[in-house]
Amino acid sequence: MKALTKKNLLILGAILLTFTVVQGLISVGIINKFYEITIAMICINIILAVSLNLVTGFTGQFSLGHAGFMSIGAYFGAVINLQMESTGGFLLGIFAGALAATLVGILIGIPTLRLKGDYLAIATLGMAEIIRVVFLNLDITNGAAGLSGIPRYTNWLWLCFFTVATVLLINNFIKSSYGRACISIREDEIAAESMGINTTKYKVMAFAIGAFFAGIAGALHSSYFYFIRPDIFGFLKSIDILIIVVLGGMGSITGSILAAILLAVLTTYLQAFTAVRMIIYALLLVVIMIFRPQGIMGTKEISDLFKSKKKDERIG
Amino acid sequence: MKKILVLLFTLVCVVGLVTGCGGGAANENENDNGDVAATEVKIGINYELTGNVASYGESSVKGIMMAFDEINAAGGIDGMKIVPIKVDNKSDPAEATSLATRLMTQEDVVACLGPATSGNYMATIPVAMGNEIPIISASATADEGVTVDKKGNVNEYVFRLCYNDTFQGVTMANFAANNLSAKNAVIIQDKSSDYAEGLAKNFISTFEGTGGTIVVQEGYVAKDKDFNAILTKIKGEEFDVIFLPGYYQEAGLVIKQARDLGITAPVLGADGFDSPVLLELAGADALNDVYFSNHYSSLDKDPKVQDFIAAYTEKYGVEPNAFNALGYDLGNYIADAIKRAGSTDPIAVKDALAGTENFVGVTGSFSMGADHNPVKSIVVIGLKDGVQSTSVKVGPK
Repeated sequence: MKALTKKNLLILGAILLTFTVVQGLISVGIINKFYEITIAMICINIILAVSLNLVTGFTGQFSLGHAGFMSIGAYFGAVINLQMESTGGFLLGIFAGALAATLVGILIGIPTLRLKGDYLAIATLGMAEIIRVVFLNLDITNGAAGLSGIPRYTNWLWLCFFTVATVLLINNFIKSSYGRACISIREDEIAAESMGINTTKYKVMAFAIGAFFAGIAGALHSSYFYFIRPDIFGFLKSIDILIIVVLGGMGSITGSILAAILLAVLTTYLQAFTAVRMIIYALLLVVIMIFRPQGIMGTKEISDLFKSKKKDERIG
Repeated sequence: MKKILVLLFTLVCVVGLVTGCGGGAANENENDNGDVAATEVKIGINYELTGNVASYGESSVKGIMMAFDEINAAGGIDGMKIVPIKVDNKSDPAEATSLATRLMTQEDVVACLGPATSGNYMATIPVAMGNEIPIISASATADEGVTVDKKGNVNEYVFRLCYNDTFQGVTMANFAANNLSAKNAVIIQDKSSDYAEGLAKNFISTFEGTGGTIVVQEGYVAKDKDFNAILTKIKGEEFDVIFLPGYYQEAGLVIKQARDLGITAPVLGADGFDSPVLLELAGADALNDVYFSNHYSSLDKDPKVQDFIAAYTEKYGVEPNAFNALGYDLGNYIADAIKRAGSTDPIAVKDALAGTENFVGVTGSFSMGADHNPVKSIVVIGLKDGVQSTSVKVGPK
């Protein structure tokens, strides 16, 4: 079996070990409920950041609408979960939310992805606002009051499962010929097109996959935090996700993961300093951007660091 | 060179984290000592200190801190000093959940106060139920999903100190029909707020019940600035009053633009009007014939109210608004409950909160109802040239 290489087994082992250790610490009580929230934040942010990185970092399409897809997942997840209070309902909600987000992603992606750069950013921003206003005015979403009392089924098992799945699937996508096509669009769209790559198709594909995972993250969020309302998924949420991607490095999955962990730990830690925390947070971002404008990892992955010196320059 | 800078930066981060963690650990030790000696009682304050509803959070916290300062100056609760642990939830429900968990599991608080708005408060309810620590809000007025869950069961650890939106909407409708003899009303509501939605719904059903008619119902969304289109449209209609459920930011502008267009009909609102910003936005000339329901009135001759106003003005240099007053009552109410419980056990405190009878506060005296809502009266305030000039008290249903 080709899939059972030494490397893959090693990765599988590492994942299982992480899962068991954290699960153990939770059941012993060393990781208490409060730190569990931080872990949930980390996992949800990893899913959001990695999926946005596919669109913005790898395909080079600047999107400011990721929170819009997240809200679709969150609302589908919440509404289904409130009707069916069971793990089955929870999982159904996640997949319904993710599929709905994908569908919206495709519908919106086809016309808007013809735009470039800042024009696309504005178009995606507008799209996220439209989604928010739709949820604000629907009866089933309870309008501005939001949905409360959403049962919590999101736990470490599901968080770990979906985070790992997101990272592995997107990583595999990027390393496939589809992913290389996406990267070529980022590097030079005209050159890519002249090589016979259908740029619109690959852009929409990346956009739809990004939306799918954002939907999953949204559903996990609604089930973990009990309560959602439209204004949580506003413009600022999209910016928050973008900050993680840029901080980690546009075009580095490891970077997005590291940045998501760093920022969640930082936020949790700064909660104790009520008055100055936003200043410290912003200052840190400024400092990192001055010294590492390419983000923590640039376009490198953690595996690159272990490779021998004579390796070729990575395309990704 | 670059590598050195990166290294240096990493070092600074690590040092910062380590020293910071050290500080946190020291605090925890202090807390442990405090618990052993039982010389202090910790109360969490989980409010919106930044973000879009920071005005409410800030005002509530000022009132709470004033009450705690007074109690501590007078020797605390049976000799125990109140140690408030103040955190900022950024007006974000997920942050409110996270902070409530932090206060309850890391800081071992006896009870949590806040958040001020219904949505953020609701986000902390499952945390309170799970940790069996009471939470109280002084201003979460939403009708559904606060003290009683969807299945109609009372949330055992959840309390509030204010009436709900139903009562405000009903009171204002009755006020329009009886005190202002209104037959036709126009509604201009904030479509983006659950609070305004609830008020409008109850106003309409009660007003129509008194034989009145809703002529037009118009909507805007928060942060709108220009209401001339709506106002020009309603100007051509026949009506006696305008009901304007929403917050002061938009209400101030609506009132100003309405008066500029020559619409002189009385304007009715609810406790969302209670902010000095209303006067700044509308101007004194426009604020005539404006009535809103509120939790208390500074015109109240009750010595308790007048003493509070004097003390507050002395401490902070401005006259208190309803959120300050509610916060002050909230601080005193939790202290009173801990005193009656005779212990800092959250479950005993919860029982004391539920069993409150005739608590005398600045916002009126009340007993806690079986559904954990207080049974208290409402005040309808009338403005003349931007100043509170009349107040009518309406008793509980």
